[in-house]
Amino acid sequence: MTRRSPYPYWFFAPAAVIYTALFLLPTVAAFWFALTRWDLYTATFIGLDNFRQFLAEPFLISGMSNTLIYAVTTSGLKTVLGLLLAVLLTSGLYAQGFLRTVVFFPVLVSTIGVGLTFTALMHPTKGAINVALELVGIDGPGWLTNPTLALFSVALVDLWKGVGLATLIYIAGLASISPEYYEAARIDGATRRQMFWRVTVPLVRPATITVITLSLIGGLRSFDLIWAMTKGGPGFSSDVLASTIYKQYQAGFYGLSTAGNVILFLMIALIILPLTLWFNRREVDA
Amino acid sequence: MNRLIHSTALAGAMALVAGLAQAEVTLSVLIDNNPETVAMMEALTAAYTAANPDVTFEIEQRTGGAEGDNIVKTRLATGEMADVFNYNSGSLFQALNPQQTLADMSSLGGQGNVLDSFKQVVTSPDGAVRGVPFGPAMGGGIFYNIPIYQELGLTPPKTWAEFMANNEKIKAAGKVAVIQTYTDTWTSQLFILADYFNVQAEVPNFAADYTANKAKYASTPAAMRGFERLEEVFKAGVLNEDFGAATFDDGMRMVSTGEGAHYPMLTFGIGNVKQNYPDNLNDMGFFAQPGNDAAKNGLTVWMPAAIYVPEASANKEEALKFVDFVATVESCQTMISAAGASGPYLIKGCELPADVPQAVKDMLPYFQTEGMTAPALEFLSPIKGPALEQLTVEVGSGIRPAADAAALYDQDVEKQAKQLGLPNW
Amino acid sequence: MTRRQTWTGIAALAAATLIFIVPFVFIFLMAAKTKQDASRFSFAWPADWQLWQNFVEVIQTRNYMLLLAYFNSTVITVGAVTGLVILAALVGYVLQRRPGRMSNVVYGFILAGLMIPPAVVPTIWVLQGLGLFKTLHGMILIQIAYNLAFSVLLYRSFIGTIPRDLDEAAIIDGAKPLQIFWKVVLPLLKPVTVTNIVVQSLAVFNDFTNPLYYLPGKENVTVQLTLYNFQGQFLSQFNLLFMNILLVTIPPLIVFIFFNRQIVAGMTAGAVKG
Repeated sequence: MTRRSPYPYWFFAPAAVIYTALFLLPTVAAFWFALTRWDLYTATFIGLDNFRQFLAEPFLISGMSNTLIYAVTTSGLKTVLGLLLAVLLTSGLYAQGFLRTVVFFPVLVSTIGVGLTFTALMHPTKGAINVALELVGIDGPGWLTNPTLALFSVALVDLWKGVGLATLIYIAGLASISPEYYEAARIDGATRRQMFWRVTVPLVRPATITVITLSLIGGLRSFDLIWAMTKGGPGFSSDVLASTIYKQYQAGFYGLSTAGNVILFLMIALIILPLTLWFNRREVDA
Repeated sequence: MNRLIHSTALAGAMALVAGLAQAEVTLSVLIDNNPETVAMMEALTAAYTAANPDVTFEIEQRTGGAEGDNIVKTRLATGEMADVFNYNSGSLFQALNPQQTLADMSSLGGQGNVLDSFKQVVTSPDGAVRGVPFGPAMGGGIFYNIPIYQELGLTPPKTWAEFMANNEKIKAAGKVAVIQTYTDTWTSQLFILADYFNVQAEVPNFAADYTANKAKYASTPAAMRGFERLEEVFKAGVLNEDFGAATFDDGMRMVSTGEGAHYPMLTFGIGNVKQNYPDNLNDMGFFAQPGNDAAKNGLTVWMPAAIYVPEASANKEEALKFVDFVATVESCQTMISAAGASGPYLIKGCELPADVPQAVKDMLPYFQTEGMTAPALEFLSPIKGPALEQLTVEVGSGIRPAADAAALYDQDVEKQAKQLGLPNW
Repeated sequence: MTRRQTWTGIAALAAATLIFIVPFVFIFLMAAKTKQDASRFSFAWPADWQLWQNFVEVIQTRNYMLLLAYFNSTVITVGAVTGLVILAALVGYVLQRRPGRMSNVVYGFILAGLMIPPAVVPTIWVLQGLGLFKTLHGMILIQIAYNLAFSVLLYRSFIGTIPRDLDEAAIIDGAKPLQIFWKVVLPLLKPVTVTNIVVQSLAVFNDFTNPLYYLPGKENVTVQLTLYNFQGQFLSQFNLLFMNILLVTIPPLIVFIFFNRQIVAGMTAGAVKG
């Protein structure tokens, strides 16, 4: 080929420069700084000490397990509820358009604003949620102050804020299913329930993969909502990796913070890559 | 390219605006959001502007506790600190890397007015004094509500056993015996930090051995006791229902208005009550955290916070002049009239007025008897781990046993000691 | 519509109103209350309407910091989205039109960008080295770097639907590559460009974490940061805190009302093809 391509590679260049300098370079550098005690000016090589620290301190370990719990909970709930809501909102309901709007709007709102609002609503004695529960005779829990509950309360708020996106993706997925499948099933005498399990669920598979992957990555990286609501507390009970990284950064332990970043990176890679491969293989099989 | 032109034009416009405003000097000030601090700083800056009309101030507030510590550290490390700021003296001051980040104040004339005991706790490893006192010295102990004590016929306890007995009687009367406020996580540390008088009464060498990595919380029974007491109070079921969601402000309101009987706190809380509930100021008394032995009852004392100027400040000269002004008897009196006399000031010749609040009257006798006070550990050792307050929230909420938390705190401290580059760690 | 559907619809409407609308009503009510009234956190009608006073007070706080924050957030959003649109369209175009090893490698990096969490402190170190730390243009470049992958994917899949004949006709006419892109292709990309603009504007405007790390300093404050910083300032003034939340919620609401369709298109792109 001697003629120059009408689609020159230099079109990549401006984006590549920014992307490399501000994203790829720091990511690679992180693997070095994670092995140092670092004050931004001088980095002293200390081998794997930071990682040892991360694995020795129970509250840093609990940060890792909380990250997993949080990601799996939010992702699972968003997938299930997103699909159910999407089915409900495409079934020709009264005020369907309005409902879609209402469910979706929280996706666009500031996470910090949502976090602060729900912190007030979840106050153990004065909050509207427990006041309402009291009216029907239930003694509401300390949503954010009970250590076993705090992480799940934040996950619930995450669900409230994010389920609209899952619903939207599923609505698009449902729209792409040809009505003929349902027609054929009906002729075969399938019940509504059978149609849901045999037609809808298999055929929205691409949407399911998108929802799971997106919400899993989002859940693993999650920071703003947790920080706005509990700051990882009470104690360390709702600390996730991202909040631990931020705390170590604030305390001036830059090397340790970066080691946390590397661990988060590896964790996401170890979960998402096999998952993606598995999804793709299943797709080929099907 | 468009973008670059855009932001360059913008920067130009902003510089122009800034230039117009800067016919005079405006010093930025960062302080914690305790009402007492705010009142003192507002009074001081107003007095300074009255004397120097070309200098004005812009005061910014921050939260306290570990998050406040972190805001200060991060802003110093990234060169974003205000021209003047207040912050703890002692170990937290040492963790700021003061030799590099803070301006040297050794040669200020005002240092002549400052008591030597204070200069020690704002002196960096190279021997330079880098702060002047801001506010009064404080006691760490327990506020109590006097009407509740009178109603139930109680007397301030001299031993821990008496304290717990009082708590039982208060609980039996259907009242909240001990207030805890874990939304402001730093408030959860008091039972441990304020127990230091009792620790050193038993183990006089603890601070030195602790700094040298020879003594640990977990392996020193006297030091462990603070953690155990926090756990004991939780297990006794005497806390306010919303202890996990309450704030420092709530705590001071509750103890002064009788919604609760005891609140372990530093005496700077008196300023908060003076601002928010002045009518209840004299309903609140104070006693030192009791130990095992009534004969060895004494108070753990905190040095005042200091005000500092970052080395990198663009207005360093003007800021240092203001600091010099703060270190005078006259400014000391300004602070007393703004925030009230909640404790002794460390400026020579600065006397407290006769009519101090009840809690201060309860505290002053400790200072007047030799051997009845001891400095808090953070003024004797440069190491304080950043995770203490999360650990104390855990112990105080029954999430983690005391022994476990003490061992974890020993680990946490190690990180800080290594970052400070101390020998033996 | 059957009777059953109507009733399920009404039940769903009631539940959705309770769950999804009540929190917004709560924000509004809190923002209208007096300080004492708001500190009770109750879901009640304000005893004394103070919406306007609270608004004025929040705006004036810390020397009109909120206005500065809106200005900064606008500059960052406009700058970053402009950059994103142009750079991502260039990449998506060549990526789609010129398959091969090079494009596969680039595509791999883009997928990695969707997944990998940025390494924070090393990024600060790089920004300091380049003199971009604590600057608005540094923040703009960061937002471009972090959001590039998503925009490229949007463009790439849309360009796949544009027939090659169009650019080939221009090639035969002897047009230069950049001319073809600028004059022929870019105008055809208008629908996906609008989607990109809307979705990325919201993402950049609502971003909290990155300004928190890379943009310290009060003259650089962004709208989301004011919310966070005012927590300390409005210690017991929840009416003002919630007024601030209300003000932060309004820009996305306006965008949502006008661009509902594009947002939906952008957010669901890729879902169907998987």
